[in-house]
Amino acid sequence: MRRGGFTTVALAVAWRSVHNYFRNPAIAVPGLLFPLFFFTAFAGGLSRVDSVPGFDYESGYTAFVYGFVLLQASAFGGIFSGFAIARDFESGFSRRLMLAAPRRAAIVAGYWLAALARAAFNVAVITAIALVAGLDIAGGGLDLVGLYTLALLVNAAALLFGSGVAMRLRTMQAGPAMQVPAFLFMFLAPVWVPYELLVGWVHAAAAVNPITLVLEAGRGFIAGDPVKVLPAFAVSIGLAALALLWARGGLRSAERAA
Amino acid sequence: MTRSTLALQVGMLARRSVVRTMRQPATIIPALLFPLLLLSINSSGLDSATELPGFPTASYFEFALAIAFVQGALFSASSAGTNVAADVETGFLNRLSLTPLRRVALLLGQLAGILALGLIQAVTFLTVGLAFGAGIAAGIAGAVVIVALSLVMSLGFGCIGAFLALRTGSGEAVQGVFPLLFAALFLSSMALPRDLIETDWFRTVADWNPVSYMLEGIRSLVIAGWDGEALALGFACAGGLAVLTLTATTAALRTRMART
Repeated sequence: MRRGGFTTVALAVAWRSVHNYFRNPAIAVPGLLFPLFFFTAFAGGLSRVDSVPGFDYESGYTAFVYGFVLLQASAFGGIFSGFAIARDFESGFSRRLMLAAPRRAAIVAGYWLAALARAAFNVAVITAIALVAGLDIAGGGLDLVGLYTLALLVNAAALLFGSGVAMRLRTMQAGPAMQVPAFLFMFLAPVWVPYELLVGWVHAAAAVNPITLVLEAGRGFIAGDPVKVLPAFAVSIGLAALALLWARGGLRSAERAA
Repeated sequence: MTRSTLALQVGMLARRSVVRTMRQPATIIPALLFPLLLLSINSSGLDSATELPGFPTASYFEFALAIAFVQGALFSASSAGTNVAADVETGFLNRLSLTPLRRVALLLGQLAGILALGLIQAVTFLTVGLAFGAGIAAGIAGAVVIVALSLVMSLGFGCIGAFLALRTGSGEAVQGVFPLLFAALFLSSMALPRDLIETDWFRTVADWNPVSYMLEGIRSLVIAGWDGEALALGFACAGGLAVLTLTATTAALRTRMART
């Protein structure tokens, strides 16, 4: 095996996945549509909520919602790439790929690069629309680096989680098993109002949901007032590391079945 | 063909449609679970919105309860569409077209499954709402009207799914339209009353969106009691949608049966 084998396989898998993504609207549209949907519905329909006593977010409701939608788009970029992996297994493509690839971890790396590309595209479109809609980003350059690095970590964690599920179940019917946990993690966080204004069981769930920290740190970066930065990065890296172990187990399972 | 023969045909196909729907947990469970989950998350996450001046109730749960009924009805589109598409894909409609079965019997029979699912959903949402402390301001009769309005909505949205399935013959195409129906829910007065929506374009969209009036019809019975205008608009929008989509579905069925 030549030394560049890992990179070559990863880039080939990534190129194929990105190519499929942009050539097939049925694959590309849902991943973009959902976050866009939420941004439009929340920023447009709920903007009055920033008048609620106790809602103290300086940059306004559009920026508050953008913080959530950015992470959601990143997570969905990863999860929808998990669907693509499942589809490749179902069609038999992955079986052939695993026979051909000298280092199979490169396949996962390739899918991650593709997930990164689709998340970057989704985030770019959503950010452009948010700016047109009046998004006010008060944070400076370093804040933006922090914000998008968090998004990148969430994307990696989601892709690795999705690929772990896809490689274990190897069927498109595994879609809900990827999507539902991602939805729950995202929505059991302070989506519409700050954590302090949540009530009931969602308040309790948000207290232990790691995404709450990531979301609050992201919103802090947008407002130019970073909060909980270290815990948020620790949690994001921890989630990505756990998901990496999960994906590695999935890869072993797929190798045994190949 | 006698009336009794038609009734027999409708009855047999309705039984098949209902049994098929009830035998698919993958259809029923999400159609019950997701609206309840959204209701629960929404009502905890947005409870502080009740502190906005002019908000019609002190309980966001009561305000949000109507969403479950409309979201549940949206699932009818997916359920009905998938079932009809399966009938097209498996050739069931082809075989039926060789029999003396009347189209109206086929259509009414298929719709029975939608209505059965709609009834289960409405009763479940109502029971959960009452169990978690929501009151129905319009009383028991109001609860019956809520179920009736839910069934009309299920019929309307279900016919959208059936229409798409008959036109395209593809379950995937039906699933692909599902997010667009969700857009109709999100771009309505789902989360706040229309007069509290601050963004002009969003309020305009919500004003023109029939889903707003379906929500407000149910919401009025839960929160305010008997509000003739809200109910008339709710039934007019849901009924109008049902008539429109039923007509379109009948035409699509005619074309589909002629093709086969």
